[in-house]
Amino acid sequence: MTANLAPPAVAARPARPPAARTRNAHLRKRTAINYALVAPALVLSIVVVVIPGILTLLFAFTDWSGIGFDFAFVGVDNFREILADPVFATSLTNNITWLVLFLTLPAIVGLLTAALLLRRKRMRTFYQVIFLMPYVLAPVVNALIWQTIIYNPNGGVFGALGIPSPTASMQTSLYAAAAVDMWHYWGFLTVVYLGAMRQTPMDQVEAAVVDGASGWGVFRHVYLPSIRPTLMLMGVMTVIFSFLAFDYVFLLTQGGPAHSSEVMGTYAYAFAFSSFEFGKAAAVGIIMSFFGLIASVVYTRLSRAELMR
Amino acid sequence: MTRSLKQLTGHLVLAVFGVIALVPLLLVLINSFKTNAEVLESPFGLPAHVGFENFFTAWTYGGFGPGFLNSVLLTGTTVLVVLICSSLAGYVLAGQKVRRWPAIMVYFTMAMTVPIQLFIFPLYSVVASLDLTDSPVVVGVILAAVNMPFATFMMRTFFLNVPAELEEAALMDGVSTFQLVTRVLLPLVRPGLITVGVIVGLNAWNEFLISSTFLQNPSAQTLTLGFLTMNGTFSTDIGTMMAGALILIVPVLAVFIALQRYVVDGMAAGAVKG
Repeated sequence: MTANLAPPAVAARPARPPAARTRNAHLRKRTAINYALVAPALVLSIVVVVIPGILTLLFAFTDWSGIGFDFAFVGVDNFREILADPVFATSLTNNITWLVLFLTLPAIVGLLTAALLLRRKRMRTFYQVIFLMPYVLAPVVNALIWQTIIYNPNGGVFGALGIPSPTASMQTSLYAAAAVDMWHYWGFLTVVYLGAMRQTPMDQVEAAVVDGASGWGVFRHVYLPSIRPTLMLMGVMTVIFSFLAFDYVFLLTQGGPAHSSEVMGTYAYAFAFSSFEFGKAAAVGIIMSFFGLIASVVYTRLSRAELMR
Repeated sequence: MTRSLKQLTGHLVLAVFGVIALVPLLLVLINSFKTNAEVLESPFGLPAHVGFENFFTAWTYGGFGPGFLNSVLLTGTTVLVVLICSSLAGYVLAGQKVRRWPAIMVYFTMAMTVPIQLFIFPLYSVVASLDLTDSPVVVGVILAAVNMPFATFMMRTFFLNVPAELEEAALMDGVSTFQLVTRVLLPLVRPGLITVGVIVGLNAWNEFLISSTFLQNPSAQTLTLGFLTMNGTFSTDIGTMMAGALILIVPVLAVFIALQRYVVDGMAAGAVKG
């Protein structure tokens, strides 16, 4: 849940005018210094993220235990065994359920609250701060709060209302974990959508109002098309992180009871740190990342098509 | 009439979602002062008296003293490394000062989408074989690398808003690149440094997957991991658990409220997922 994404427009920013570039000619003599200035960020990222990432691609085809560097190549055995495992099928289904939940509920609530805050200038900061409070707290804290004082059948809110703990039932465990994650997440979408809506050109809004559009009409025909790129970016991010979900499931249900809330993230983690099958863990890691990769490619295609129009 | 009714409905909807966000946190607040018997009676009741026993117990058994130091050490390392490296790289990329800047941009875009699960397993083995686990500083550096692409993009955007003339004027006056960066550019992008610093700082302070994997020795654990350990022993003592939660919530919310302008603007501008 720590994947970060920059604005999509970042790569498409206009270059400085040629005049500035010739004036900057003497700067280019400093090329060596400039490469030295980029190097720390680049090298750190390559050493910590890319090289181990490439090793994962390699180890997925081995029986590596993770301890020492003794391993043998086993071809696609890891993948074959994982795909034949019913727990993997459960995990994948749960990841897809997770995706559907996150693409709908928090997005709707985020849009609704952002639209309501758009015209309320004085209350805007106040509500944004409150909505973001769960978002800035640690997953460990949020998960334990809900487990202890809300879901707890002995002393929690559910106990007081006579409802059994939702994390203990096979039917509800996944939803119980997703509910806490969504509770902590939606405020972030409010802030992002509101930020995007405020970029909508005022003359468009005024023109629509003059034409007699209702509040809903303005939202539907002016604001919504205007924030389309943001909606798409958030959608793609949701797809990527839905396949990587880990924290809240691990903390609230450990994937149980009886694997009912297992997601690929917890499934891979158990291979690595419970049964020391790092090769299999790597294979699951690759499958998880693959879905995110598809989402990124589709997004790049779509946004290019958008620009071509 | 209908207009004011609409207004009222809007306020009501916002208030309801505000309550949804706050109720769990308010439950933490009131229950942190209660004895376990009081909590079991009803989680909604107010405490009979305001005592701090729960907080002392939580502080001791959650190892919050050393946990706090470890969290500060880890987060401090991440923020320091990220701010230095990302501002230098952002400066170079914004000014297109190296010929390969588009390739570097593409690299960071790709690095940003690499999920933790794709590199954590081999990284753990290497770090373990070098005997570097259970060090908050090492985890701080790893988290710095994870946050680096996003931070570099943010810093680049802030440097793009610095007029090129300013930099040229300084160079005409004969300052070195080092002086240019520290004396001229950094003061100008200070809001950017604060935005990136607080967002990356919160990410590092709250991080779970990497921290819990690399910091398993109790003496190396951060605040949040100490709280998690405490859950094993005190899961039936709700008052103490809530006191522990409150100790963890208050400093984070205090920093967030103090710097909310930077967090909100940074999120709205950069779309950060944490």
